[in-house]
Amino acid sequence: MRVFLRRTASLLVSAVIASFVVFAFLSVLPGDPAEVVLGTNAGQAELASLRHSFGTDRPLVVQYADWAQGLLHGDFGTSYISHDPIGPRIADRFGVTCWLALGGMLVALLFALPTGVLAAAWHRRPAGAVLSALSQAGIAVPAFLAGILLVYVFAVRAGALPAGGYTPLAEDPATWARQLVLPCLSLGLVQGAVLTRYVRSAVLTVLHQDFLRTARAKGRRRRGALWRHGLPNAAVPVLTVLGLQLSTVLVGAVVVERVFVIPGLGDLLLQSVADRDLLVVQGVVIVLVVAVLVLNVVTDLLYHLVDPRLRSR
Amino acid sequence: MKARSLLGRLARRPALTAGGILVTLILALALLSLLWTPYDPTHVEAAQRLLPPGGEHLLGTDQFGRDVVSRLMTGARTTVFVGVVAVGFAVAIGVPMGVAAGMSGGPLSALLMRVSDFLLAFPALLLAIMLAAVYGTSTLTAMVAIGIASAPGFARVARAATLRVMAAEYVDAARLARRTRAAIAVRHVLPNIRDVVIVQASVAFATAVLAEAALSYLGLGTPPPTPSWGRMLLDSQELLFDKPELCLWPGLAVAAAVLGLNLLGDGLRDRFDPTLEGVR
Repeated sequence: MRVFLRRTASLLVSAVIASFVVFAFLSVLPGDPAEVVLGTNAGQAELASLRHSFGTDRPLVVQYADWAQGLLHGDFGTSYISHDPIGPRIADRFGVTCWLALGGMLVALLFALPTGVLAAAWHRRPAGAVLSALSQAGIAVPAFLAGILLVYVFAVRAGALPAGGYTPLAEDPATWARQLVLPCLSLGLVQGAVLTRYVRSAVLTVLHQDFLRTARAKGRRRRGALWRHGLPNAAVPVLTVLGLQLSTVLVGAVVVERVFVIPGLGDLLLQSVADRDLLVVQGVVIVLVVAVLVLNVVTDLLYHLVDPRLRSR
Repeated sequence: MKARSLLGRLARRPALTAGGILVTLILALALLSLLWTPYDPTHVEAAQRLLPPGGEHLLGTDQFGRDVVSRLMTGARTTVFVGVVAVGFAVAIGVPMGVAAGMSGGPLSALLMRVSDFLLAFPALLLAIMLAAVYGTSTLTAMVAIGIASAPGFARVARAATLRVMAAEYVDAARLARRTRAAIAVRHVLPNIRDVVIVQASVAFATAVLAEAALSYLGLGTPPPTPSWGRMLLDSQELLFDKPELCLWPGLAVAAAVLGLNLLGDGLRDRFDPTLEGVR
């Protein structure tokens, strides 16, 4: 419980600092939103009136307080370019990106758990070496490259799956699923390769522990001892990696969305960078950063829950 | 006799050898591209569009008639340049931070580690996107973003290694001999944490290559016409239906570079610390 409170407190502090950093970054540094909208040839009077209507003529501290206060209510402000409220747009896109990240993580787990355990159990056999080599090669492939290759194999050659696009789940579940298969595979297989190495290493460490020898001495078979005693112990370090990976996948989705033309957070972010719509950039970045911070804390707490040895500390 | 023993030594460390060969190959291509490429990598020629591999152009030409081999070589240079500057930047920030935290302990150490934890929440991609939003896209923003994002890794590794060094008796001896902190850092700490920093640099370089490729692919890295592997992938994606092999070459290049650097890192770690051999 104390751990929970402490982590939550440090999460809040980090989130506040993060909001400050992001705000400072995009506001103090050069670039005047009014100038972006009107162009550099605009007259001083026009610029001043637009600055006034954006509120960017106020002191920065006031602007920050205003923005941060809005964030607490889910109000991200109004876009300087499209004049739409930013909050609903981010919420819409965040859902899409979450599906992508969750699907990717699911693929990674389904792939890495069996492969990693087998690679560890077979570590003295050629088959284990082959699995390790494959995962080493998989790590070297960036997710967007995996995406392009998957599109080539499954969409261009086989014509079995769509090469891109997105349909909301509520509209047409079958199309939604078909369109998500390739993006999730490209995110998941690469992360799965990374995860395989951690699973293998964790299981390998456990295999040499005394308690596993004791279990064998009690008369358990190798496989039984590994299931009953080995894997639960190997799960602890793997869980930490898993949490870090979920944040990697969330950010990696930004790139994969571009490959498959999926209207997620990444797409919104890149579009607003291209339009120099700084308030939207600010909003999306803070959402992603806070998501990463929350995932880190949740991982940390899970870690304490799973490993009773840490609880007393 | 000597040659054979060298070969034997290399064969016993397959990861180190394979990684070394791949990395050397890419470095050599990058260096060679400074002096010579088969064709001008940015020369556009409509009559030479989309030539198949073989003939005068070994790997053919792209949709603008540019020679693929020349572009791959110049792309290697971009990758190496971004990687070296970004990793150098990360070492310059991260290692002093980690050493200071490890040597001083107490509140400073805790604060520095908090800062590095916090930085970990800003991945290279997000930093680069923020920088690009403010300053526009350039190779420099990509390098700075990757550098800042990789610095916490160096800080953590350097701190852990420094703590180990500080527990050694020769550091106590140096303290008793009234050596200053700076002298201890330079004479004892830095030489002893060099190995882990080198291993981390190899890993960070691989991450930098991946990040650079992703940024260029998103149009946030090296701007055209300077060739980069990520940009080549973006350009060739449009032609996936007609000319899939155009995607293959830059893709293979990125994968080979990252694989080589990862293998090199693993190999070096095993060499520096044989107790870890085969564990990871």
